[in-house]
Amino acid sequence: MKHDFFFDVAHMLAGGLVLVSFLMLYQDRLYALINVFALHAFVLALSVAWQAFIQDAPHLYVTAVIALGFKAIVIPVALHRIVERLGIHREIETVVNIGVTMLGGIGLVALAMVVMLRVTPTADALAREDLAFALSVLLLGLLMMVTRRNAVSQVIGFMSLENGLILAATGAKGMPLVVEISVAFSVLIAFIVIGIFLFRIRERFDTVDLQALDSFRGDSE
Amino acid sequence: MNLGPFDPVVAILAIPAGAAILLALLPGYLATSRLNVLASFSTFVSAFTLFFAPHRQSQFFLIDDVNIVFVTLTTFVAFTTSVFSASYIGHELESGRLTPVYLRFYHAMYQVLMLAMNLALVANNIGLMWVAIEMATLTTVLMVGIYRTPAAIEAAWKYFILGSVGIALALFGTILVYMAARPTVGEGLDAMAWTTLVAHASTFDPALLNVAFVFLLLGYGTKVGLAPLHAWLPDAHAEGPTPISAVLSGLLLNVALYALLRFKLLMATNPGAIATGSLMVAMGLLSVVFASFMLYRRRDIKRLFAYSSIEHMGIITFAFGMGGPLANFAGLLHMTMHSLTKSAIFFAVGHISQIKGTQKIADIRGLTETHPILGWGLVLSVVAIAGLPPLGIFMSEFLVVTSTFAREPALAIILVFGVILALGALFLRLNSVAFGEPTGSRAPSQASYVPMYAHLALVTIAGIYLPPPLVTWFQHVARLLG
Repeated sequence: MKHDFFFDVAHMLAGGLVLVSFLMLYQDRLYALINVFALHAFVLALSVAWQAFIQDAPHLYVTAVIALGFKAIVIPVALHRIVERLGIHREIETVVNIGVTMLGGIGLVALAMVVMLRVTPTADALAREDLAFALSVLLLGLLMMVTRRNAVSQVIGFMSLENGLILAATGAKGMPLVVEISVAFSVLIAFIVIGIFLFRIRERFDTVDLQALDSFRGDSE
Repeated sequence: MNLGPFDPVVAILAIPAGAAILLALLPGYLATSRLNVLASFSTFVSAFTLFFAPHRQSQFFLIDDVNIVFVTLTTFVAFTTSVFSASYIGHELESGRLTPVYLRFYHAMYQVLMLAMNLALVANNIGLMWVAIEMATLTTVLMVGIYRTPAAIEAAWKYFILGSVGIALALFGTILVYMAARPTVGEGLDAMAWTTLVAHASTFDPALLNVAFVFLLLGYGTKVGLAPLHAWLPDAHAEGPTPISAVLSGLLLNVALYALLRFKLLMATNPGAIATGSLMVAMGLLSVVFASFMLYRRRDIKRLFAYSSIEHMGIITFAFGMGGPLANFAGLLHMTMHSLTKSAIFFAVGHISQIKGTQKIADIRGLTETHPILGWGLVLSVVAIAGLPPLGIFMSEFLVVTSTFAREPALAIILVFGVILALGALFLRLNSVAFGEPTGSRAPSQASYVPMYAHLALVTIAGIYLPPPLVTWFQHVARLLG
């Protein structure tokens, strides 16, 4: 029975991550979106720590700490400051309306379940459900990136997508290089978020709305 | 041959790493651009010694006949591009588009990119390979945005978003491959080591491998620039510094393709897996036809050749997708010829757009009259890239087409249609750029013609006479690729 308890908690945390992904889909204010993303990263950190515990893999605690410290605290704080400094705490412009987006999200989760559960009948129950949840989080992140125009929310969409990957990597028992991969991703995100792009875009356009960028397409006649 | 304590694998990784640190610290243009050339040259020489070094495999690195070809081609084009870059960047500094601080950054990033590409090619671990390709993506994103113009930032942003989604999907595929391998290979590094995976792939769960390959194809296919995942490619080529366009087209696309080929090999050893070749054939053909149509609508000269890169990557992917010794041979040859020719084109285009001060095709006319050496160089390279005899690309395209005709005539007809369509578009544009009433600046250029004509000479020689050792080597690799 003890094993079942371990499984249930892991299951709950991974499922919670999918739920928080849905929460992010319908946030229409940037501050709220950033807060929900911090929650997303926090749930991920718990889930990774739990995996580290049940797999008896101490190196995964490093990944959990990175998720907690970097993605649940440092990045949200930095994003808050950027949003504040740029003065863009108004409504998010969504390309598709929220109802349709949510329906699309439900469809994607169903797709993820069908695909992953069908191809992994031999894997152990924990790993296959983790993979299905991870693919759902990944697809929801992707959905968020395509339905948003705003640079900050696109970055948040990308980060939630990446959280799904970390979930998959930690769920795959004994996978090497997980810590290295999560560090590589953090570097990628740090590069993008903290600096260069948002500041450059701000500097050149006084807006982080990517629609403003569209007019500069080189091939317009 | 015994090379003593010299280890080429360490050298091709350590030289770029060391050079990147030095170049980030050293000031001045002349010394650093020479150091960049020197570092690239020594990397190339080290890579060449791989031919004589014994094959080997460890948990992280692998040297076999397949990746030696890729490493040598990569380091060679990187070396000639660094020579071109030295004169190109000098002009950019004079015209004030780049500041000395950005120059340091540019040179350091150039070497980091070399490091990342070499690492991706010699990695034996699929996780390490992924990290290296991610690193290469990141450095090129930064270099594409280096001019900080609105268009450059848009291009870099688009490249970053699409490239990141691509590598994220590739990582998911990599995790799935690990999951498939774990039951038979066991946990730990072995289940991600390339050599172990291939040895045991026949026992993996085919359903899981199939899903993994779809993710890998989408992920790395984005980096190869296959339609419909190509949207980042034309912007990134057009807005970054031209040496980076040359490296992107000539090398980085190949590296991503190499990753795809490795996984194709893995799938081929599993009897229950889907036919990966047909997926690659479909995407390749789509890219060829799509890019050929798009070529007609280009107004920007660098975008024009970026679409031509999509077309040629499509042909290469198609050839490898067809598989078999002959088609693989043709694919390898085409990849080599395309890398050499396309970088030669970007060398020419880089100098041309600097002299004329524009990348708009309509504003560049009569080049053969005002700048005969550059103009005729461009004419020759476009003739080569369009696939006219007797140049190298004609031969490789001919091989692709004939080997396909023997097996799938319908596919060959679509391919020929795409290639001829592209030829028409390229000549239409070439005619207005190279001939006619000259416009724009007639100032003499201080271009370095050596890299461009060196590449063209190689392509011409290859079209007329392929040295037998090279043929044997390519045939051998083609057989390995299955």
